[in-house]
Amino acid sequence: MNPLLEVEDLHIGFRTDRGVIEAVRGISFAMGREKLGIVGESGSGKSVTGRAILRLLPENAAVVARRLVFDGLDLQKVGAREMRAIRGGRIGMVLQDPKFSLNPVMRVGGQIEEAARIHLGLSRKAARQRGLEMLEAVRIRDPERVFAAYPHELSGGMGQRVMIAIMLVAGPDLLIADEPTSALDVTVQMQVLAIMDELVTKRGMGLVFISHDLPLVASFCDRVLVMYRGEIVETCRADMLDKATHPYTKRLLEAVPVL
Amino acid sequence: MIEAEDLTVSFGRVAALRGVSFHVERGGSFGLVGESGSGKTTVLRVVAGLIPDWGGRLSLAGETVLARSPRRFHRRLQMVFQDPYGSLHPRHTVDRILAEPLAIHRLPDPERRIARALDDVGLGPAFRFRYPHQLSGGQRQRVAIARALVLEPEILLLDEPTSALDVSVQAEILKLLVRLKVERGLTTVLVSHNLAVVAMLCDRIAVMREGVVVEETSVSALREERVSHPYTRQLLAASRGYDPALARRDL
Repeated sequence: MNPLLEVEDLHIGFRTDRGVIEAVRGISFAMGREKLGIVGESGSGKSVTGRAILRLLPENAAVVARRLVFDGLDLQKVGAREMRAIRGGRIGMVLQDPKFSLNPVMRVGGQIEEAARIHLGLSRKAARQRGLEMLEAVRIRDPERVFAAYPHELSGGMGQRVMIAIMLVAGPDLLIADEPTSALDVTVQMQVLAIMDELVTKRGMGLVFISHDLPLVASFCDRVLVMYRGEIVETCRADMLDKATHPYTKRLLEAVPVL
Repeated sequence: MIEAEDLTVSFGRVAALRGVSFHVERGGSFGLVGESGSGKTTVLRVVAGLIPDWGGRLSLAGETVLARSPRRFHRRLQMVFQDPYGSLHPRHTVDRILAEPLAIHRLPDPERRIARALDDVGLGPAFRFRYPHQLSGGQRQRVAIARALVLEPEILLLDEPTSALDVSVQAEILKLLVRLKVERGLTTVLVSHNLAVVAMLCDRIAVMREGVVVEETSVSALREERVSHPYTRQLLAASRGYDPALARRDL
């Protein structure tokens, strides 16, 4: 079986006044339609890795890889136009805080419709229908009301469901979620995770779950990559994370307070 | 040491606290947990004197707290805030940050006090003339703790002191707080959304939701899952990680 995403020897550097800062130093991994966790502390390179896949890094970033292949498609050779179709079309992204990812002056419905019209070429009416279906898919009880609401009228958990709904409109094969639940209260966090879990299982989508929360990743994902200073120091099954062997992973696990 | 009875606070038409009572013994440590908007930080701000209008009764070390308390009153009580990036003046050196509370309270011998406070939080004299932007998040939070301790308070209020930090840095800061609490016999109130963090530092906790305390219990009871309120149970389950069966049921 061909992997959904293949990353080989990925380097990410940032050109600054004081020379190049290497954020990611030659990482390799491959994933299928599974929940892959990337954990690490701030500055470990986990977020830039997620962004590099979608080519969302700023101008001063230099991304080089031996292979960066998504479903047989060489992402390094894809042109800007085609990349726009992939972004939000075949690969979706959910970020930490819905407050900053949603357009504050546009109704939720308009934002979902826009995604449906751009990626699926639907008419306004069909796009509206599709949008409402997506809101139902993320278990929003009153989709009509949320459709007509502005982002500031929604709670954090609701906002994050809307973000996921927008990302699902086009039926992506891969979802990159960067700390998608860190801004949410714990009980809401569990609901959002359950929704993503269901999507992976039912739709056969791949999920890259970037997080600093080790216990959460261990209990939620199938497999985990542990990053430290731009390198992957350990790869293991999520439920085996407590038996990790690398000294850094061990130290990280020891630092987690337990009840 | 802290006796709060029936505290109420309203912000406009929103009732942020709807009758919160608790007490903390001298040298005790009390945790307030709950989700955003539950009122836990508001409780802390009332105790710290940072909210001008509140109802109920509050006494610290046997003295009733009034709307405007004298300066010596505030010296007994200091607070550490969540965001170490926002709580330190960006254009003041560490030295000036620590000297200011001493000047306000007209304490003698600032030189010695500043050196001791820095030493207490594990920052050497080399840090004294640095600016906040030259420090890491953990180092900044140490400075914020030093600023609170430099007045030698009896009560230390901690508002999510580690939630902006990486997990390994969080562990160091928690260790530091536990040590300082014991060494100085501080009475502490800690606000956090993380049950495990609260359990490390506190012996009693109150679970808050929508402006009221839904359950008060000991940390040992919490560990053994001897809790009665369904919301406390929900928090406890969430702190144990993701459980697909449980999470789907709540959808």
